[in-house]
Amino acid sequence: MAVIKYFGAIAEVTNCNEEQIAVSDLKVSDCLALLNEKYNLNQFDVSVALNQNLVDRDSTIKLSDNDEIALLPPFAGG
Amino acid sequence: MKKVFINGPITPEFIANSIEKHQTKHSIGAHNIFLGQVRADVINDKTVAGIDFTCYEEMAHPILDDIREKAFKTFNLTCMHIYHSLGEIKAGEVCFFVFVSAKHSKEVYAATEYLVNIVKKKVPIFGKEIFEDESHQWKVNKV
Repeated sequence: MAVIKYFGAIAEVTNCNEEQIAVSDLKVSDCLALLNEKYNLNQFDVSVALNQNLVDRDSTIKLSDNDEIALLPPFAGG
Repeated sequence: MKKVFINGPITPEFIANSIEKHQTKHSIGAHNIFLGQVRADVINDKTVAGIDFTCYEEMAHPILDDIREKAFKTFNLTCMHIYHSLGEIKAGEVCFFVFVSAKHSKEVYAATEYLVNIVKKKVPIFGKEIFEDESHQWKVNKV
């Protein structure tokens, strides 16, 4: 299992801060497609981090157990 | 890992203490300070009462380490501190404090501008703008 973390406006839509996902043969892009189907995330300008590093939304990196994927809305620090 | 995130507003006392702590460092000839303050923007007739900041800290800390390392390489600095608030910060309170020190003034101006811009752009901080009627919208930094 991998963990998916949600932040800001995205966490408001998913109604949770994190959830687990089964990763067998799942790419980053597949994972996002699944989540988009579930939560309609295309409404957001989402950035994706895999293990705390930004990756492309269409990344074909395969997920492994204990990976951490984070879905980040636009940054608003300052 | 240096402390960056502070729960609640950055108080004038905290800022004054930061200045005082540097008075023992006698190679410093110039300090520059940037303070970000929460604005009571009026959007569609509703006034922002405050911003509730959250952060992806596990990702933010390595990014902040890189930012600090690059700033020390680029500018001839003696000292550099970045602080950002988390939680609800009311309009008029300070939520962002960048404090840069060097031998001479020229370096601190350039470094401050660099740090303010890169923190806004690269660090995963999120802001919920809460209106006086308790409705909200999500803040987005203009790039």
